Amino acid sequence: MTHSDRLKEQILRTSGVNPLKCMRCGKCSATCPSYDEMEYHPHQFVYMVETGDIEPLMKSESLYKCLTCFACVDRCPRSVEPAKLVEAVRLAVIREKGGNRLHTDDIPAKLDDDMPQQALVSALRKYSK
Amino acid sequence: MKVRYFPGCTLKTKAKDLDRYARLCAEELGVTLEEIENWQCCGGVFTTATDEIATKLSSVRALMDARDHDAPLVTVCSACHNVIKQTNHAMQNDADFAKHVNLYLGKDGQYYGEAKAIHYLELLRDVIGFDTIRGKVKNPLAGKKIAAYYGCLLLRPSQTMQMDDPENPTVMEDLIRALGGEPVVYAQRNECCGGYAVLEDAAIAKKNSGKVMTDAASHGADMIVTACPLCRYNLEKNGTGEIPVVYLTELLAEALGVKEDAHDAQ
Repeated sequence: MTHSDRLKEQILRTSGVNPLKCMRCGKCSATCPSYDEMEYHPHQFVYMVETGDIEPLMKSESLYKCLTCFACVDRCPRSVEPAKLVEAVRLAVIREKGGNRLHTDDIPAKLDDDMPQQALVSALRKYSK
Repeated sequence: MKVRYFPGCTLKTKAKDLDRYARLCAEELGVTLEEIENWQCCGGVFTTATDEIATKLSSVRALMDARDHDAPLVTVCSACHNVIKQTNHAMQNDADFAKHVNLYLGKDGQYYGEAKAIHYLELLRDVIGFDTIRGKVKNPLAGKKIAAYYGCLLLRPSQTMQMDDPENPTVMEDLIRALGGEPVVYAQRNECCGGYAVLEDAAIAKKNSGKVMTDAASHGADMIVTACPLCRYNLEKNGTGEIPVVYLTELLAEALGVKEDAHDAQ
């Protein structure tokens, strides 16, 4: 089993997604609020995971632009759930030692008086382990 | 009637009006929100990975409390509602996940999704009823054009939230009508405000929240109403500033005549 096979198996297992269900309609990317900010769009996550081309996704800033708004999940006509693939690839990165995107030391500089705790706990859950 | 209540981290700090008026209004409508003991933060967002167990235990413990009290678990914050409902759904439908969670719980007992988690809006609509609420209105919101903002967390994933039609929701508009106001329907009402990405890249929050506010204002809304502290923050800080944003419970308190004159804004 090659490294890329192992990565693919890991992503499929942690996401619970079957990318073969995709019929390439592109609705996930069409409805994504972060489409413009993403180098790889939701439909590309689906076929790149399917073909085992995962390392470029792991290096991409796109991982941190997903808002987990579930628009792609709810509007997919084939129930592929692309956001779960984005999450699984992001976790493969931030679960590695030194992989955290957001550090608690960075937070004070980002705070203002009105920022809700909800923003902090959510960002820490999404961007660090 | 008594229900179990999970306020969540933000309702105890930056969103005290969301909490205080939820309790006062529920009492006025004959329901006591009993805060569960020793609740822990839900984490703000549901992690969809199938092997994330520990991050969901606080939700499971809150759900166990509701089951043991034979009462529904009510949340007001959209995020708590989303995380707890998704966790409950996973406990009911994913045997492998439930097995792992129960290994963590150990002597605290076992849980298999027996409790019912509902949002405050569902309490108003399905338990109390909008007709009852209409009869209790003291200060009708007459002449006010109000844009309900659902965002993402209240409605999606819709098969799990089971709250309303995810593309054409009506629960908040129906409530606004019951309170005597005029609901404003606009395209961006169920699109994301930018959420937690405000900490990663504020431009994302600006773009999304700006779209929502401009859309609501261009449809003639006088104000936006939300149940989510992070939506409110993003709309106020990163929106266009065209119209004010208020919590759902503030609006309800005003209509029911239980809003206090002097209160802090947050």
